[in-house]
Amino acid sequence: MGVVHGQEMVLNIGPQHPSTHGVLRLQVKTDGEIISEIKPFIGYLHRCFEKHCENVTYEQVIPFTDRCDYLASMANNFGYVVAMEELMEIKVPERVEYIRVIMAELQRIASHLLALGTFGLDVGAFTPFLYMFRDRERILDMFEMTCGARLLYNYMWVGGLSHDLPIGFVESAFRFLDYFEPKIEEYNNILTYNKIFIERTADVGVMPADVAISYGVSGPNLRGSGVKWDIRKDEPYSIYDRFDFDVPVGIGEKGNLGDCWDRFNVRLTEMGESIKILRQALTQIPKNGDVHQTIPKKIRPPKGSIYKRTETPRGDLGFYIISDGSPIPNRLKMRSPAFTALSVLDEIGRGWMLSDVIAILGSLDIVLGEIDR
Amino acid sequence: MAIITKSYEPTFWDKLYFPALFKGLMVTLRYFFKRKVTIQYPEEKYIPPDGYRGLHRLNKYSDGRIRCVACEMCSAACPVDCIHIIPGPSPWDEGKERYPVRFDIDLLRCIFCGFCEMACPEEAIELTEIYDFSDLTRENLLIDRDGLLEVYELTKNKNYYSQTKKSEKSET
Repeated sequence: MGVVHGQEMVLNIGPQHPSTHGVLRLQVKTDGEIISEIKPFIGYLHRCFEKHCENVTYEQVIPFTDRCDYLASMANNFGYVVAMEELMEIKVPERVEYIRVIMAELQRIASHLLALGTFGLDVGAFTPFLYMFRDRERILDMFEMTCGARLLYNYMWVGGLSHDLPIGFVESAFRFLDYFEPKIEEYNNILTYNKIFIERTADVGVMPADVAISYGVSGPNLRGSGVKWDIRKDEPYSIYDRFDFDVPVGIGEKGNLGDCWDRFNVRLTEMGESIKILRQALTQIPKNGDVHQTIPKKIRPPKGSIYKRTETPRGDLGFYIISDGSPIPNRLKMRSPAFTALSVLDEIGRGWMLSDVIAILGSLDIVLGEIDR
Repeated sequence: MAIITKSYEPTFWDKLYFPALFKGLMVTLRYFFKRKVTIQYPEEKYIPPDGYRGLHRLNKYSDGRIRCVACEMCSAACPVDCIHIIPGPSPWDEGKERYPVRFDIDLLRCIFCGFCEMACPEEAIELTEIYDFSDLTRENLLIDRDGLLEVYELTKNKNYYSQTKKSEKSET
């Protein structure tokens, strides 16, 4: 495939390459091993999500939102139902709000575990990946116990939830948190503060804050650049304003501010913050309440439109829904955080070596299901 | 072009990499003696919890009549249109008047969202715990009414994978 252009060579990475985290093709221009341009080609996983939504009813959209960011399906469900509820002016019961927050935060831990594990895999650390998958498995088991699916939950519905929590869920969640909290220390020992890992990631792929903002990067990638921006804090939705948690930001501890290591560390610290939220939510959750109480019989929102954004593990997920008063959405636009994260790759990846580009791509934590939709 | 600066300079001790390697190996060594968390899959089957959304089944009454009344609520609720029903008059004297003459599910289209079992007013269609039903041809994955009733026979006592208690699986 190599087109020789003077001294530059065009090289294709992917679409079937484990380091591209899905079916993504990167066309890189290399000068020796130095990258001078990265061109991502997307669309291999395009499933016409937005067009498809114009042909199904509002409740039938929910299983398709699962399949966008398939590593954080709960968060996608959450974003969609929060938008729909604001459009229809539904006030859901307390218990539903708490269960949603619990699920979203568990999902955040699960998603970050996968992101960190595969990032380690990209730079050559195989063992942490297995440990993180082992812990993620326990979260998936809890989800499976609740809604019957391990990955694509279809759990949060407009106005409620598909199932109530099973008996013993709160206890098993506490057990999981007690088990998981010391594990973060273990990840630090095995990966975060490992010299080999630091040398692969510190100073690599520095994303200055102004670049991140101008590209619209959000979530842990933005916070890794030192910008304290979290929609859970700054524009609270659901009941996030009730919980006490910090927003970890990168400080350039091991290298320059906004490098791969910072992005990695922000995700790792964020899991600790999620544990904080989970402990509060699991203690405060009302014992009784019907999760089906406010589910409308027929979802027929009034004419109008809404844009609502929520904080998924990957960042700022926005749903723009235009309703014409019928049970089918007139237009549904999804603003996906991974898409913007991929767009900044060319800017921050130039000038680095080929192996560093793999590390940078891994640190951005993209999910192709969400990029292509 | 990115400005490449190195703010982290490893010391000589760091460059040996042995301390880093040793620290990591200490963690892995501890797990060497611990109980394994993996399941030896084909020999040892994973037992899903109740309410798992796997292969579909059509429920029957204890006297053998099909519960389904072919109201087509499930196919209306299905987001991917994978359920096709042809209703007909029921062959049984007592009970409901309608029953499905054909009830086909395209398992290749099905996304296992569970809307059909939620929509069913008769609790006729249900998702079971069967998860390993892959096949080599597309035809074999079009399941018809009799196939769905067969799945009911297989799973009605909740013993498809094992008779053992679920508590053995894991602590969670």
